Amino acid sequence: MRVAGRRITAKTAAIYVLVIAITVVMLMPFAWMLSASLKLSRDVFVFPIEWIPSEPRWQNYVDIWTKIPLALFIYNTSKLTIIVTALQLLTSSFAAYAFAKLNFPYKNTLFLGYIATIAMPWQVYMVPQFLLMREFGLNNTHLALICLQAFTAFGVFLMRQFYMSIPTELCEAARIDGMNEYQIWASIMLPLSKPALSTLTIFTFVTTWNDFLGPMIYLTKTELKTVQIGLRMFIAQYSAEYGLIMAASVVALIPVLIVFLSLQRFFVEGVASTGLKG
Amino acid sequence: MSISNSAIATNRAPAAPARKAKVLSRRRRKIQDALIAYSFIAPNFIGFAVFTLGPILFAFVLAFMHWDGSNAITFAGLDNFWRLFEDKAFISAFWNTVIYTAVSVPATLACALGLAILLNQKIFGRDFFRTAMFFPYVASLVAVAVVWNMIFNPEMGPVNMILYTLGVDPKDMPGWAADRHWAMVTVILFGIWKNMGYYMVIYLAGLQGINSELYEAADLDGANPWQKFLYVTVPQLGPTTFFVTVMLTIQSFKVFDQIYMITQGGPGTSTLVLVYHIYNEAFISWDLGYSSMVALVLFFLVLAVTIVQFRRQRED
Repeated sequence: MRVAGRRITAKTAAIYVLVIAITVVMLMPFAWMLSASLKLSRDVFVFPIEWIPSEPRWQNYVDIWTKIPLALFIYNTSKLTIIVTALQLLTSSFAAYAFAKLNFPYKNTLFLGYIATIAMPWQVYMVPQFLLMREFGLNNTHLALICLQAFTAFGVFLMRQFYMSIPTELCEAARIDGMNEYQIWASIMLPLSKPALSTLTIFTFVTTWNDFLGPMIYLTKTELKTVQIGLRMFIAQYSAEYGLIMAASVVALIPVLIVFLSLQRFFVEGVASTGLKG
Repeated sequence: MSISNSAIATNRAPAAPARKAKVLSRRRRKIQDALIAYSFIAPNFIGFAVFTLGPILFAFVLAFMHWDGSNAITFAGLDNFWRLFEDKAFISAFWNTVIYTAVSVPATLACALGLAILLNQKIFGRDFFRTAMFFPYVASLVAVAVVWNMIFNPEMGPVNMILYTLGVDPKDMPGWAADRHWAMVTVILFGIWKNMGYYMVIYLAGLQGINSELYEAADLDGANPWQKFLYVTVPQLGPTTFFVTVMLTIQSFKVFDQIYMITQGGPGTSTLVLVYHIYNEAFISWDLGYSSMVALVLFFLVLAVTIVQFRRQRED
């Protein structure tokens, strides 16, 4: 068979059919979500599925903003995500510079502290951590979640690995030129480490934005909740309002979708590089 | 002799304080360098020590204590440890975690590898397809879990409706999250769907690292596609597969969010897993010591996998 001047073999055709079929299955839940978000609750489960509602109910997207403080949840999550990501990038790259390029007493011991915990699941110490935060009076504050997520071994480790690959001669040359260590970090290391920084940004962004158990343990006041647990609260309160729940879910997904599509390349490169390291 | 001696002496006299000053300044320099280095580390390390290292040490102590979070802590010895063997909920949580891991690790791995091979071909719109496969991984869990529950709703959900139109008897219809025999299947399917795109990306990187000359050599030897997969692709992907297996195993040991959202650990204890049990014992029963003991079980499971990984890396 020939299409547009190119021979299409049976093999290629089979690949296309398979790929398209899998993609349809993978995206089906999203399509169903979108379609249900434009329906009345009683029409959501009508079978056969009416994928494009004949009378789309845009009102769902108006109602959700008044039924739950969705805007506040989005604001809370954005605030947490931005602060955590900024702190993570700043402190990790700062510490990683010392571990990669400077010599000082107890360097290996301190670094071992990070290494030893990198494989430690957060779930193992989430309870003592909660008790500690409670002791500090941080229960039901956003500060608790910031402290919990901003200083990770993963961030320091990732940045250090990258800085190790930058030639030390570069730093030495800068020292001879009279730069101090802070200047070297700011004007040489940071600009060179853009790939590692963007990987760390995306990983931190997605984990913080999508974190579930952390906010669930720490935030019980409605006005502090994040999108994830706010959405869960909404589902529990309006369990039969399928159309509204779906509309809220679509809105909750949009920020992630935008960030993901715009930074996709870095994301894929970041994931791929973690694999190559192993 | 004396002249030269005095000459030496006079020569030495001004040199001694100079050297002393040099040693001092070198020492001062060293201290200054160390202080600069510590100033780089401090912002992260202090946060890390207080909020991560401290709680980790506390977790190991707490596992041997009785505490409800408000009254005094008392020493429990091995009480919490022996209790593990009598706690039916813990035993099911342990086995459910093992079953979840044993099924979802190979299944996710196979799906991810299959997808990677498929999307490593030069096809039109490849980037779009890759993005589509990856998107469930970044999508907010609560949003997708609630859709999943609706789609797999036993009475009204489209999946069972489709099964019905295909002629499945309503009596044999899977009850999915509401059925103790199907709940684990539902949770595992969700996990595969959500995570396989991530591991597909890792496999794609692995595939791109294979030297194409190997395939050309295999072609010359008259190998068919299946043989090429078996004798070139699979062995060449060995390190990637190992890495993916380790990551997936650790992720599976830690599974919680999706179970909380889809089955709440039920029906009964049919999908109760370790982290869920830790959560329940701590924040529902406020049995903090016992909860930490269960957490140590999780720790040792993860540690075992990490040791295997470390040994293997050392061999390479």
